[in-house]
Amino acid sequence: MNPFLGGIVTIIVGVGGCVGYFYFSNLLLDKVIFPAKGPNLGRNINRANQTRPWLFLFPAIFVLTLYLVYPVVGSFLRSLYNRSGDEFVGFGNYATLLGSSDFRTAFLNNLLWVIVVPAGATSFGLLAAQLTDKLRWGNIAKSLIFMPMAISFVGASLIWKFVYAVDADIGLINAIRAGLFGAEPVDVLQIPFWNNFFLMFILIWIQTGFAMVILSAALRGIPEETIEAAIIDGANPFQVFFKIKVPQIMGTIVVVWTTITILVLKVFDIVYAMTGGNFGTDILPSYMMSFMFRDDGRATAVAFVIMIVVLPVMISNIVQARKEMR
Amino acid sequence: MDNIAGKKSGLSIATNVAVIVMVLVWLIPTVGLLVSSFRDRDQISASGWWQAPFSVELTFRGRANTQATQDGDVFVMTGNIFEDPEVQEAFGAGTGTITGFSTSARAPAEYPAGTIADLGADESLVLNPDGTYEFRAPEAPGNRGQRLYFAANTPPQFTLANYRQVLTADNMDRAFINTLTVTVPATIIPILIAAFAAYALAWMDFPGRGWLIAAVVGLLVVPLQLALVPMLNFHNSVGIGQSFLGIWFAHTAFGMPLAVYLLRNYMVGLPRDIIESAKVDGATDFQVFTKIVLPLSLPAIAAFSIFQFLWTWNDLLVAKVFLPSNDEAKVMTVKIADDLLGSRGGDWGILATAAFVSIAVPLVVFFTMQRFLVRGLLAGSVK
Repeated sequence: MNPFLGGIVTIIVGVGGCVGYFYFSNLLLDKVIFPAKGPNLGRNINRANQTRPWLFLFPAIFVLTLYLVYPVVGSFLRSLYNRSGDEFVGFGNYATLLGSSDFRTAFLNNLLWVIVVPAGATSFGLLAAQLTDKLRWGNIAKSLIFMPMAISFVGASLIWKFVYAVDADIGLINAIRAGLFGAEPVDVLQIPFWNNFFLMFILIWIQTGFAMVILSAALRGIPEETIEAAIIDGANPFQVFFKIKVPQIMGTIVVVWTTITILVLKVFDIVYAMTGGNFGTDILPSYMMSFMFRDDGRATAVAFVIMIVVLPVMISNIVQARKEMR
Repeated sequence: MDNIAGKKSGLSIATNVAVIVMVLVWLIPTVGLLVSSFRDRDQISASGWWQAPFSVELTFRGRANTQATQDGDVFVMTGNIFEDPEVQEAFGAGTGTITGFSTSARAPAEYPAGTIADLGADESLVLNPDGTYEFRAPEAPGNRGQRLYFAANTPPQFTLANYRQVLTADNMDRAFINTLTVTVPATIIPILIAAFAAYALAWMDFPGRGWLIAAVVGLLVVPLQLALVPMLNFHNSVGIGQSFLGIWFAHTAFGMPLAVYLLRNYMVGLPRDIIESAKVDGATDFQVFTKIVLPLSLPAIAAFSIFQFLWTWNDLLVAKVFLPSNDEAKVMTVKIADDLLGSRGGDWGILATAAFVSIAVPLVVFFTMQRFLVRGLLAGSVK
């Protein structure tokens, strides 16, 4: 079948199926299983109301369990088997990973990404939020800084591939170098170690808008009295910013920081499109993709390493959510 | 507020300058891509996109004509090089200004335009800036004219040729449709499922509710990578395999935690009075949901739809794993990352155009729906 037609059919079947499921399961519950009449009327109504939440929740719980909970277990189990999945190797895949220098490179690069990208995006975002708040054309500036959020990682990689290009007639960086200093063109993506930072900057470029939007809202939520009091006491604008405003939005800064951290651990697109993991730029997600379709055992082992790295954030998020609910 | 003390001007200028610099850094790369996508292929490799409004010096080749007039014992061929069919084809309409010429491909601009070039063997050649030439040779020309190479300033050319090629010859039209096919169901279907679950988590009382909400928060950060191998194996074993059906399921599930989380956060904030008075009046939970909560939650639903749309449209990872890797099923991101960046690495015009085709739709959505997007971000603060 033509996939486009298939898509339309899927929308109809999917939406219709959902509506049908929710409608008829409710009907079934109220009229057939626990009918609100007869001798057990009161008990039936109670029982129906106890069951209903689970009717509402079932489809969501089902897909979440199948696609996100089961894979945690499934991936871990699979990572204990060899390439073809028929021989149990225990933690052999993990041992191989630890022994491979490629994995160590990817892991260390990933640590670098996890430190640099959230720090960069959050501070640029904070800067942009603070500076644009005072400007008359601030909203336009915000809109433009926010724009890369809409661009795919692949598209962003391509955009920056133009900037980084070796040819001084294409790459802005080499054109500026040649124009100002008459320097020979360099391929910035092949400079050992520093090439990582050129890749990271692409993600910072994308994520700054996100940080800016959230932090700008937080900055506006600061009670004005505190700022006025500081100014009357003679604080200069920098003191107002760093000693009055930043401490008050620290909670939001932490949220933004962790959100970007989690994102960094998912993004393989940039490295994949820019260098393919060559020149010492591999990170864990792209390193995993090099095993995907070839060695499921090792691919799942890398994926599980990513999961372990994410785990502390996950636990702290859950603890936070439980606290807020009380 | 910060200006109460009256110290404004210096800091204000600095602020303006800083923001302008930042906006430029954020904007220029994208503008470069857009400009490049409209430029002629030869011009892209001859000058940077920032020089696009100016003329570009390119080299061309053509032939002198074979109609000679005799001047003593010397044959003289005259004409205008811009009338040569070969030049016309490469040059397009209009004429340029010739800066240099020669008869050798190795140094195509050896002699400045307008000077007499002594080519040896009693031959000489003049090529003027306007294209007229005079070629003198001791022998009558054969049936092919003398080869001429020249460099000329060509006026800036903006063309849709790249778009024509990308959209017709490079299978990008197919990839565009495929992306749309993946995106639309994967955006619509999760909404309804998530909305019911979010309502249950927000307004229904049952044991374990707190833990379920915590679980959703936890699942928000589970790396997608974990799901790839087990779920692909699962799809293969239930017969879905790598297909559009599979990727719809996958995107639906991967978007679900954010959808439930966002919608629940929004629904919890709805006024309690409305919902309780509806229940007092005898409305069932189903009615409360469809008649009151769902319509009131439209802003949050819009916000999530934009997220999910951008996320599925821009996704590379899930498409690479859950869709077959043949040309019929490739989405645009895969097409660009695997085909164009690999084999067409040097064809910058095509790359720029393909990239721009793929980011055009998200940019339109982004600029028209920005308000909802911002609201959604502030409600969720996640992803």
